[in-house]
Amino acid sequence: MRFLTGLAMLAAAVFGVAALALMPWWALLALALAFVAWMVFSRRGSQAWSVTWVGLSTLPQRLGSSSVVVVGIAGVVGVLVALLAMGEGFQATLKQTGSDDTAIVMRAGAQAELNSVLDHDSATLIAQAPGVLKDKDGRPIASPELVVVASLPKKSSGLDANVEIRGVGPGAWALRPQVKIVAGRAFNRGLREMIAGKGAREQFAGLDIGSTLRLNNQTWTVVGAFDSGDAHDSELWADADVVAATYRRGSSVTSVTARLTGAGAFDAFKAALASDPRLKVDAQTTRAYYTAQSAGLAKLIRILGTTVGAIMAIGAIFGALNTMYAAVSARAREIATLRAIGFRGLPVVVSVLLETMLLALAGGVLGAAIAWLIFDNYTVSTLGANFSQVVFGFKVSPALLWNGLKWALAMGFVGGLFPALRAARLPVSAALREL
Amino acid sequence: MKYFHLVWAALFRRKTRTVFTLFSVLAAFLLFGLLDSVRTAFAEAGSSVAGVDRMVTISKISFTVQLPKSLLPRIQAVPGVKEVAYANWFGGIYQDPKNFFANEAVSENFFDVFAEFEMPPQQREAFRNTRTGAVVGAELAKKFGWKIGDKIPLQATIFPQKDGSNTWTFDLVGIYRASDPKQKSQENALFFNWNYFDEARRFGRGNVGWYIEKLADRDQADRVAAAIDALSANSDHETKTQSEQAFQVAFVKQFADIGLIVGAIMGAVFFTLILLTGNTMAQAVRERIPELAVLKTIGFSNRSVLGLVLAESVLLILLGGLLGLAIAAVVVGALKAALGSTIPMASVGATIWLRGVLLMVAIGVVVGALPALRGMRLRIVDALAGR
Repeated sequence: MRFLTGLAMLAAAVFGVAALALMPWWALLALALAFVAWMVFSRRGSQAWSVTWVGLSTLPQRLGSSSVVVVGIAGVVGVLVALLAMGEGFQATLKQTGSDDTAIVMRAGAQAELNSVLDHDSATLIAQAPGVLKDKDGRPIASPELVVVASLPKKSSGLDANVEIRGVGPGAWALRPQVKIVAGRAFNRGLREMIAGKGAREQFAGLDIGSTLRLNNQTWTVVGAFDSGDAHDSELWADADVVAATYRRGSSVTSVTARLTGAGAFDAFKAALASDPRLKVDAQTTRAYYTAQSAGLAKLIRILGTTVGAIMAIGAIFGALNTMYAAVSARAREIATLRAIGFRGLPVVVSVLLETMLLALAGGVLGAAIAWLIFDNYTVSTLGANFSQVVFGFKVSPALLWNGLKWALAMGFVGGLFPALRAARLPVSAALREL
Repeated sequence: MKYFHLVWAALFRRKTRTVFTLFSVLAAFLLFGLLDSVRTAFAEAGSSVAGVDRMVTISKISFTVQLPKSLLPRIQAVPGVKEVAYANWFGGIYQDPKNFFANEAVSENFFDVFAEFEMPPQQREAFRNTRTGAVVGAELAKKFGWKIGDKIPLQATIFPQKDGSNTWTFDLVGIYRASDPKQKSQENALFFNWNYFDEARRFGRGNVGWYIEKLADRDQADRVAAAIDALSANSDHETKTQSEQAFQVAFVKQFADIGLIVGAIMGAVFFTLILLTGNTMAQAVRERIPELAVLKTIGFSNRSVLGLVLAESVLLILLGGLLGLAIAAVVVGALKAALGSTIPMASVGATIWLRGVLLMVAIGVVVGALPALRGMRLRIVDALAGR
């Protein structure tokens, strides 16, 4: 019999957590409203509220042990939200770099621009393929680009790390209108001048306007800073022809990016390139290209975050159980008295459960708030597909905060359920006799 | 030690509470074991003893830029350099991009310089004599079920063949093992002949990715590095020479500052753990005030009461912590077997255990300090009277 009740309690806990995890926000809100209505309008409900109120009013006396629940759950939610925000930020940065109406073309088989080589003739052919948008002078809006890597010291560690240099064609500005010069000026074509993205300037030393860089025994000058709000922020931009000369690349490029007449034009564009016997290239939309780059790392971070969160949650739940069992036994006489004068078991269960979940909610809000205050837009960088640093900011989105709160409520539910049921099944006479 | 049963009895005075606290401690140290294993793996990358007498020469711009092969005889002539090998990153894909492993084209003497990669002499001979021959690490061979004599097709991502085809097929002629069993993660690479690679590739011929120099005397490292870099100074292919270890540390750091992330997570975990177990210990001592007074009455000194309570809290953390670390050791072993080199993880070895136990004792003392002081300072008369 005891085994069966234990099993039933476990099933209830699992069911509650699953329901919390799966329910959309409006269903939970409706449930919470229904619950409040029950407490306000029904007799049993108002009994439950008064018992809960007695419990809550004794909270200040149990501040130390109650803070265990709050801080324990705040820790779990804070770590969980921060880790997931890292994955989300990386994914968002790369995703918004691409769009459905621009296409990137690389040599067949290449996984990243750094690995690709296209000769000058191929690059010209690609820009003239059908489906590429023309500007008012009738020139295709396309940029043959040469992506290379330079090694620069990082501000944080002083160690050398790779920074991506993107040599761009004249069409790059029309192709990527989101790129804005925020300080200094644009580089002049044909000169050894470059402009540095916002993220690159934050992570690497020596990219102030006016400073010089030595690449392959040639001196380059940083003449401006740009901001694009996406992965290009991690790059240095310069004239493709001059980069090619410095890196001894002749007239070859690594990729051609083109603006299409619309998202629908991509299939025809791709088909035209595939059917041209002079070309051996792969075309994809920039959205697909950049999204694929983030998939692996984002998934890894999601798995890592959930695992770490789950293990921490186990610790926090046992902490909450301890606290609430102690609270129930401290209030044993009071609860027994209530039962003796006619209160049913339900208000007692509700009171303990509600108290735990309120503490858990406070913990969840605290943890989410800390994660948001410290980590929203916190910039870090990692090695991206082009063997160079991609700078991105943590993104603490409302969805993540909500997710964190749901974790908190679930932990509160499990941590409160068992003590609540113990409170309801307290033998009245024995509890009253206790000292 | 003679009071052990007393401490033990005090600890399990309230079984449920102690068991719940133990589970919390266990979860914290399980996490510590897992994360520290990852952190150690990243920190130890490049700290293998085998590589201390080797230097790596890469292009000063970045290691993705190739160097001319004409540097080889000039580097060989630098005094203090015993042997020079060279390699090229190939970046081929086996069947699916998810099956990532390192594959490189290497010079004939590569396995002389990397003496810690061991294989039978006849396989070395076969590698030398087979133009399309390839050698793989034992772990990698196990993962894909490769045997000597198999043909391994790789899809090139960087280097197409002369005819434009991306498929390179290699004959597996040897399987190497790392001489140090701790470096098993090194057995996840494929090496093939640079001569064949250079002949068959479509572009970039005559260039190598990087040079590896074996030094005659490791104390000469700085001088040799400067001499090698001086060879190409002010040319259009300047080099940067550093110890293999420094090169790998810098490379790993580019992924992320793993130490910082792990440190931040563990900070949050241990902060909550201290609060949680501190609460348990405070409760435990509060309940037992009269008992502690009795102990003092029958002659226990203040200091032994302090010791008893501290021992209890250290024992609590040690019990949960050791169990958690033991589970972590099992889980890490299983993950390493299942995932291979996807996530670098170090086995939970002596150093992680040592760090863990030191942490447990430290946390135990911190957590027990306040309750123990309270127990030490209590006045027998007041405590017995329940004041």
